Amino acid sequence: MNMIAENFTYLYHGFGIASDPFNILLMAIGILLGVIIGVLPGLGGANGVAILLPLTFSMSPTSAIILLTCIYWGALFGGAITSVLFNIPGEPWSVATTFDGHPMARSGRAGEALTAAFTSSFIGAFFAIVMITLIAPLVAQFALQFGPAEKFAVYFLAFASFVGMSKEAPAKTIVSMMIGFALAAVGLDMVTGQLRLTFGITELLNGFDFLIAVIGLFGIGEILLTMEEGLEFRGKAAKIDPKVVWKTWKTLPKFWATSLRSCVIGCWMGITPAGATPASFMAYGIAKRVSKNGKNFGNGEIEGVVAPETAAHAAGTAAMLPMLALGVPGSPTAAVLLGGLLIWGLQPGPMLFVEQAEFVWGLIASMYLGNIVGLILVLTTVPLFASILRIPFSIIAPVILVICAIGAYTVNNNVFDVLMMMVFGVLGYLLKKTNYPLAPLVLAIVLGDSAEEAFRQSLLGSGGSIAVFWSNPLVSSIMGLGLVAGLWPLIAMGFSKLRGSSAQPA
Amino acid sequence: MEQSHHGAGSGPKQRVVEVGTALLTMLFGLIVIYGSVLVGYGWSSDGPQAGFFPFYVGLIICLCSLINVVLGLREDPEAIFAEYSQLRQVLKVLIPACIYVALVPEFGIYVPSVALILVFMIWLGKYRWPLSLAVAFGVPAFFYITLERWFLIPLPKGPIEAMLGL
Repeated sequence: MNMIAENFTYLYHGFGIASDPFNILLMAIGILLGVIIGVLPGLGGANGVAILLPLTFSMSPTSAIILLTCIYWGALFGGAITSVLFNIPGEPWSVATTFDGHPMARSGRAGEALTAAFTSSFIGAFFAIVMITLIAPLVAQFALQFGPAEKFAVYFLAFASFVGMSKEAPAKTIVSMMIGFALAAVGLDMVTGQLRLTFGITELLNGFDFLIAVIGLFGIGEILLTMEEGLEFRGKAAKIDPKVVWKTWKTLPKFWATSLRSCVIGCWMGITPAGATPASFMAYGIAKRVSKNGKNFGNGEIEGVVAPETAAHAAGTAAMLPMLALGVPGSPTAAVLLGGLLIWGLQPGPMLFVEQAEFVWGLIASMYLGNIVGLILVLTTVPLFASILRIPFSIIAPVILVICAIGAYTVNNNVFDVLMMMVFGVLGYLLKKTNYPLAPLVLAIVLGDSAEEAFRQSLLGSGGSIAVFWSNPLVSSIMGLGLVAGLWPLIAMGFSKLRGSSAQPA
Repeated sequence: MEQSHHGAGSGPKQRVVEVGTALLTMLFGLIVIYGSVLVGYGWSSDGPQAGFFPFYVGLIICLCSLINVVLGLREDPEAIFAEYSQLRQVLKVLIPACIYVALVPEFGIYVPSVALILVFMIWLGKYRWPLSLAVAFGVPAFFYITLERWFLIPLPKGPIEAMLGL
């Protein structure tokens, strides 16, 4: 009880930091940049944040993280715009939004769809932030007693849930993840001081920077994918005026049950990595089954926009919880933010709450304010962003290429990185076309060194015996959860075999 | 751009690309194993050697790639990866982009950027010269002002910038 009261004092101070005029300005800039990034093909939350990360090196960590997280919120909002108006999901978790959002836009109700999408995003995010405020300090407190074995078990759980939750084939998820681990291992080995996997190439001495990988995989790869569809965009115009907003807001309270359900699904799934996309589909699917208007889903039902958007944003925001409290990001963008924390000299994880309380609570407070600023900004500026989308791709594509190249260069001021970015871009295109998930690859590059360190330290402590991962109830239960998550595809297959395939719901 | 979507276009088969990708990842796994063996993957007096962790990572990549090869072979033999017309579109971006990236170490970021945007707008977008030139010079100029002047982040420059004394 005492701790909760203490945390509210911290949060109050956090609001003091976050509501500094300069920080509010950064929020507005961040949201606007984020929406642009979310709207443009080839730029998404993860690589947008990666490209802009070097610009923040000269800021104070708190201001920097406020700017970058607001870009993230903005990108989440922006995904809804492309889904509704152009039927192009900006991020994988906006796919479910296109099902009803785009039909609404086609029948001239784009304003309503967007208002519903933004408002439910806001509600989902808000719910998740409240959860973070209440739970993150407890998780961090709990995690303080983690040794290397427990730490590795948490990483194991995080990566195992990718295997279990991903809709792609498990073997592909594992390959993608392990490529990330291998790339992370290239260069100087921190423990023995030995060079490994460099094969005498001097450029590889420092290993692969995950920011370069993110910019290439998500940026260049996305542009190549978009090119397949040709240079043409056919979008619907959108106008939002206060009347439409008011009219839509009046209808929204009807869907409180759907909203609440989607919030819970989103938070639950968001804490485990790879959660946002399944969360949005799950929320949509359940809403479709439960709703009175379920039959009309897919033809422009407003509830079909509310459900996935709420869940996706709740999940996207909840992904910050494990990043802050455990140092295990729940999404690629959270992974990039984590990389940023490392660059600013902050070690994410439980100690952050103890040593950098001001930073953490400033960040959490900025999430509240950032989402409020974001909701107001996106509702008022949609026509502007819709017109950005109407700029032809033959202008947008080279400009984005240039932005990616500049972003890749500024990470380490190294031209070799620009070449590497291109290699990752082609790789990203190939992997995406063959259904390898990219998120585990990026997370593995970010977490590779820490995971390996935890693994080696625990083995060192036990003299090389794997039994250390089952040595106490805590570590065994985390590992057990991880095994269940990782083997889930097999378990689910076993269940459905037992019940017989006739029991499958349509 | 004439585009025949969903037409009975032809192209490389998805199955071939799937198997190819799996073989590629397997090759990568083998390289990782080889590299790990070079630095030692066992247990020395002071704990696991440098190659210990990557060795098993490489091993898992190879095993799972093998599964992916098998799964790839079982894919629908008719499904195509992408139509040739689509791949041509992709190459239209990929080739200029590769040339662009290759020019950056020699000529810096500005001159290749101008050229890239010009090529795109005139060749692919069929825009007129005035607009193309405006965008091609405007965008790098924007980055010069924001990055180099405001944020004091130097970008790579080549001989032409040196001549202009920038």
